Amino acid sequence: MRHNSSQLGYKVQSASIEGRGVKLEIARSTVLKPIGDDSSSHFRLVSSPAIKFEMTRKLGFAFLLLAAASICEAAAIFSPISEAHRSAALELFSPAAGTFSSLEEATEALRTFEVLGIEIESDLKDSTCKSAVDALSSGSPNSKDLYYALRVSSVLQCKISDGALTGVALRLKDFVKDAKSLLDFYYSIGGLVLIKDQTSEVDVLLDDADGIFRSVKDLSQSDGKWRYSSNNPESSTYAAGIALETLSGVITLKSSDIDGNLIDALKRDVVKLFDNIDKYDDGAYYFDDRFVDASGHQGPVSATSSVARGLTTLASTSGSLNIPGDKILGLARFFLGIGVPGTGKDLYYQIDALASLDQSRVLVPLILSLQASVLSISSQDKLKVKVTTVLGSTGPPLSVKLMQVFSSGSKDASIINQELKFDPKEAVHVLDALPVGVDVGEYVFAFEIVLSDPEHKKIYVTGGRTKVPVYVTGVVKVENSKVEVLESDSVETQQKLDLPGKNDVALTANHLQKLRLSFQLTTPLQNPFKPHQALLKLRHESGVEHSFVVNSGKLFETTLDFLGLVENFFYLSGKYDMELTVGDPAMENSFLQPLGHIELDLPDAPEKYGPKPEIAHIFRLQEKRPPQELSYAFLGLVFVPFLAFLVGLLRLGVNMKNFPTSMIPAAFAILFHGGIAAVLGLYGLFWLKLDLFTTLKTLGVLGLFLMFVGHRTLSHLASASAKVKSA
Amino acid sequence: MGKSTVTTKDDAQALFHSLRSAYSSTPTNLKIIDLYVLFAVFTALIQVGYMAIVGSFPFNSFLSGVLSCVGTAVLAVCLRIQVNKENKEFKDLPPERAFADFVLCNLVLHLVIMNFLG
Repeated sequence: MRHNSSQLGYKVQSASIEGRGVKLEIARSTVLKPIGDDSSSHFRLVSSPAIKFEMTRKLGFAFLLLAAASICEAAAIFSPISEAHRSAALELFSPAAGTFSSLEEATEALRTFEVLGIEIESDLKDSTCKSAVDALSSGSPNSKDLYYALRVSSVLQCKISDGALTGVALRLKDFVKDAKSLLDFYYSIGGLVLIKDQTSEVDVLLDDADGIFRSVKDLSQSDGKWRYSSNNPESSTYAAGIALETLSGVITLKSSDIDGNLIDALKRDVVKLFDNIDKYDDGAYYFDDRFVDASGHQGPVSATSSVARGLTTLASTSGSLNIPGDKILGLARFFLGIGVPGTGKDLYYQIDALASLDQSRVLVPLILSLQASVLSISSQDKLKVKVTTVLGSTGPPLSVKLMQVFSSGSKDASIINQELKFDPKEAVHVLDALPVGVDVGEYVFAFEIVLSDPEHKKIYVTGGRTKVPVYVTGVVKVENSKVEVLESDSVETQQKLDLPGKNDVALTANHLQKLRLSFQLTTPLQNPFKPHQALLKLRHESGVEHSFVVNSGKLFETTLDFLGLVENFFYLSGKYDMELTVGDPAMENSFLQPLGHIELDLPDAPEKYGPKPEIAHIFRLQEKRPPQELSYAFLGLVFVPFLAFLVGLLRLGVNMKNFPTSMIPAAFAILFHGGIAAVLGLYGLFWLKLDLFTTLKTLGVLGLFLMFVGHRTLSHLASASAKVKSA
Repeated sequence: MGKSTVTTKDDAQALFHSLRSAYSSTPTNLKIIDLYVLFAVFTALIQVGYMAIVGSFPFNSFLSGVLSCVGTAVLAVCLRIQVNKENKEFKDLPPERAFADFVLCNLVLHLVIMNFLG
């Protein structure tokens, strides 16, 4: 939303506005002073204007034509040109080193100062005039320099002799003949028009106006834009504006009539241009050039400004154009919606365009603005509406009606249809009383402007129904406020609070209890009020803070259950300061009040980071083993079959007859048995303590030995038994 | 009926006597081997009985013990087959060779048993 609703206390020079046959002179000094305390944000205009017109009669019928065209518009505030623009102009255009850097910059600055009514120092005036005269008398080959020099001299009314002007006119006419591009035509024809305005002695009429018109018109395109030259395909809306100005100049300078069809075709081109206009939601219309064109300008401000200037110049030379009024108003809204531009060029474009629109013969836009968009119920502010021209001057007699009031966020509205009273002293329309049901909050008011004189409908455009956002503030009453400590839903201690005044309660609670705070908020119209913020803050003596949102409903209340909050409070027991904050932009008495303190008794924190209990490793329990005696018994029992075997052997009559008797075989036999015994002993050792690898290594050695010995013994035995067999 | 039971009892006794008389004619070395087999089997049975009483923990030791007895019994039976002169299949195999095989196999068996004993 763009609005500048504050005006600071400066003095304003006189501004003159020339409407269609009506000349109004307004000389006023406006001084503003802030009203009310700091919490209210509006100022009241205290002024003493001397306005020479009167309101004669009130109209009974609405402006239906324009009302129908502006249905779905967002609410926005457009304020006319104000002091902020003047101070910005002084800042942006203050020439360094006492003179302007170029005639082009001088033109922009001087035109802006002219429109805004700012006086130029005489030193600066003289030096600029001097540079302009120098440029005119020098043999500059550039039509651009001549053009700007002539503009400067026309604004400052520098004294140039007719003879010098005649020479310049001749050179410009030569430039016209040799002109190839649009800018060449623009500068040269513009210069001739300026000479014509300054003096009527010099002959500036063009011989071949028709031919020049045609060659400029040839550069136009079907979508309404213009090209800069016939061999450059780039086109822009900025060029269109320049072309319109140039062609108006040609019409002014004609020596013979120009073909009427050409002018009609041109008017159709303008209508086509306006068909491609862009639009913002709040009703601003603009043209946007999306690239940097030949003159280095880009963007909507320069393009729209150029078209506005061209359009109004064309309308002033060749009669009215068929452009819908809401688009004209939209252009004005666009420029006002920019606010105060940041660069000198943009400020010049804005001011120049608004000045052109203000004086145009197409339709003069009227802007509805609020003096203050924030109204206070408690100080019984009245809504004041101003309808002015874009430059801030008073418009024609009219009446303003409040048609509808929308509350924020909702689409439906109450139909009011109430006319505002006009206060001629301040030139504002006043709404005596706010409509019924308008309570504290945000609203959109839809106004309709009705011109008193039906003839004025052809001169002015008002935009039908205009929506503006209005904020209504008031004092909100806090009632029934109390804070309690609850013990399992039954009230243990209760303290009444005096909000929004000072309070100092002292409560105690432990972690099993709850704290409840409750209050009611009522607007001046006795409606329940929901503020933007309602917070309860508890601050521990160590500085730790906790904030809780107070829930809204019929009653504002919050219940703090300490049992669940123990961990959030970091187990800090002690004194907590309580603070309640209730705030809303529409509430004039938003407060942040300490309520007192509460002693909280919370349990100790569990050791989160202390040593944990030691875990003793529980080894795998031994399997249940049989009692030792039983095992020993069976050990003995296992040997019984062995003994039985030995006994059986003896019974069978086992003998050692076959044991070899001679030395070597006997030795081998002993070694054989010894080897087997050794292997068995090795197995025993293996079971007891050896590992498999050493066992296998030893076994390998023993095995080899055993095999050798065994082979010898057994082969000896075999040969012995073979001998016995054969024998 | 009475005659058949008496006959059955007589038959069993007669069978038993004939077995006894036939067994006494086997050579001594075969008898030694038979005795050894019986010894091994009895040891195994005692171990199984022990396990039945105290439970099968540790199971590997039980298996090791039982399988050692059973394994050596099996090897002894193989020895008996090979050494038996009435066995025509092994006529050309000298008994010392069979005995050497028996010893070797036993040693390997007992290595495995000792490893598994735990």
